[in-house]
Amino acid sequence: MALLEVENLEVRLKTVRGMAAAVRGASFALERGERLGLVGESGSGKSMTALALLGLLPEGAELAGSIRFEGQELVGLAESELCRLRGDRIGMVFQEPMTALNPLHTVGRQVAEPLRLHRGLSNPAAHEAAVALLDRVGLPDAERRAHAYPHQLSGGQRQRVVIAMALACAPDLLIADEPTTALDVTLQRQILDRLAELSEESGMALLLISHDLGVIAENTRRMLVMYGGSIVESGPTAAVLQRLAHPYSQGLLGARPRLGAGRGNRLATIPGSAPELAEIPSGCPFAERCRLAIDACRAAPPPPEPVGPGHVARCIRLDAAGVRP
Amino acid sequence: MSDLALSFRRRALGHASFAVGGALTLLLLLAALVSLVWTPWPFDELDIPHKLLPPSAAHWFGTDSLGRDVLSELLAGARTSILVGAIAVGIGVVLGTALGLLAAARRGSIEELAMRFSDFAFAFPAILSAVMLSALLGPGIVNSIVAIGIFNVPVFARLTRAQAKAVWAREFVLAARAAGKGGFRITLEHVLPNILSVIVVQATIQFATAILAEAALSYLGLGTQPPQPSWGRMLNEAQLQLLQAPRLAIFPGLAIALSVLGLNLLGDGLRDLLDPRLARKR
Repeated sequence: MALLEVENLEVRLKTVRGMAAAVRGASFALERGERLGLVGESGSGKSMTALALLGLLPEGAELAGSIRFEGQELVGLAESELCRLRGDRIGMVFQEPMTALNPLHTVGRQVAEPLRLHRGLSNPAAHEAAVALLDRVGLPDAERRAHAYPHQLSGGQRQRVVIAMALACAPDLLIADEPTTALDVTLQRQILDRLAELSEESGMALLLISHDLGVIAENTRRMLVMYGGSIVESGPTAAVLQRLAHPYSQGLLGARPRLGAGRGNRLATIPGSAPELAEIPSGCPFAERCRLAIDACRAAPPPPEPVGPGHVARCIRLDAAGVRP
Repeated sequence: MSDLALSFRRRALGHASFAVGGALTLLLLLAALVSLVWTPWPFDELDIPHKLLPPSAAHWFGTDSLGRDVLSELLAGARTSILVGAIAVGIGVVLGTALGLLAAARRGSIEELAMRFSDFAFAFPAILSAVMLSALLGPGIVNSIVAIGIFNVPVFARLTRAQAKAVWAREFVLAARAAGKGGFRITLEHVLPNILSVIVVQATIQFATAILAEAALSYLGLGTQPPQPSWGRMLNEAQLQLLQAPRLAIFPGLAIALSVLGLNLLGDGLRDLLDPRLARKR
């Protein structure tokens, strides 16, 4: 049994123009200790997927489908049961370390919080454990910094604190939503490496969410590409990146800035813009921007087509995209 | 932390409205405290032969139409003002903040219910609810405290709800929820500490309003009853001698005005000092 099994996940959000589907029929599984990447642009539904896993969707959102964590169904689970899982079995790291910490509490206290909450540790024991955690995530001089307030730390240091908080109870699954987007590139690498090491050490599964194909390529073994609320391509990271099948994935790779491209070369882009959630067509969500789209693409959601071993793309024009001979 | 406290003290003393407001408020507190152990004369001692005396060495602020020492009455009146203000604002802060926090945490129908209730309470001005309460239960200091307190509940409920909702929308609350905390703990540990300064500032300003309301109620004869000392009642009694002895109205009037001014300035100063971002925007 996989650690996490998501089937046909549907998330609808309340907007001024009525309910809009943010996630439409996403299905994936995550094994114990596995590192899975979820890539997509802003508004593709990747953050909503993450929040849905924790039952933290915004007010008025509707959730359908199935999320099984160690066989336990999370959809429709009581809030008190979810509270018991959150922070204990499932940890989450947020994108903005500047705002993810309470400005009024010392960081040591915030890291100790989950331990007091879920493990019932006394204050001194929790503090000691918090210092050890801060040390483990690579915060230098952890003993002293545990008494610091968030504003006294740099962005990278704060993100280490946020990660220490998420790791406090040694969760089975860590969801990291763009954990390094707000940080500079060298820090990004250090923190991602540390996350990967921690996952290796403790057998913790990692769901890494990013808009950056490079980050996904270096830190995950399997990946999902999300567009317009659907998972359009999935498979082993190496195989997928070697042979990007879905026209959207190809466009995403093509749009990466490259060193040495020379002055005056415009960055390649995907024509059009990401669709408004409320306006995503019923067929392939990418059809409106796809140069290969035919009428059949707009008629119905494309079924998963095999590309390679474990590698699947939801596209009926794979032959035209040059994937199949 | 200590250098934080030090810089706060330096900024506080340099802030004009905070310093002036603090001094006036301190004077009010001091008057009330002193009156507990000492007044020049017993504040409720009638001395008809010596009525309407002008200020002298024996009676610094003179005597009133029943020969009571005005200074003693003023000092003792401060006591009443502070008692009514503190309890009434206390009622408002405790009930209102609880209601606002509940509304922000639970949303939905509970929020609707709490806010409609506070709209309902807000619809009755303090004076009107005091008149109602007096009609029902008879005039007196307790009823005026309850009436002013009820009037303060929606003030704090609305403020707290708006502020708490803003905190709930912040990412560290989402992070706290992701750490498995329930609504109650988040409210106590994350929301309340982050809005406390706003509540303190509002409480200071409401304190001024409460003093004013108490004086108004006593002036109308609905609040403090004799022989309990009250600035509002002194004003009421002074109007009969307004032409002969205007000072009888001027002294309590000044006491009320200075107290209200002091508390308002203190509230403004506190707001600037506790939330420097707001100060810059103004």
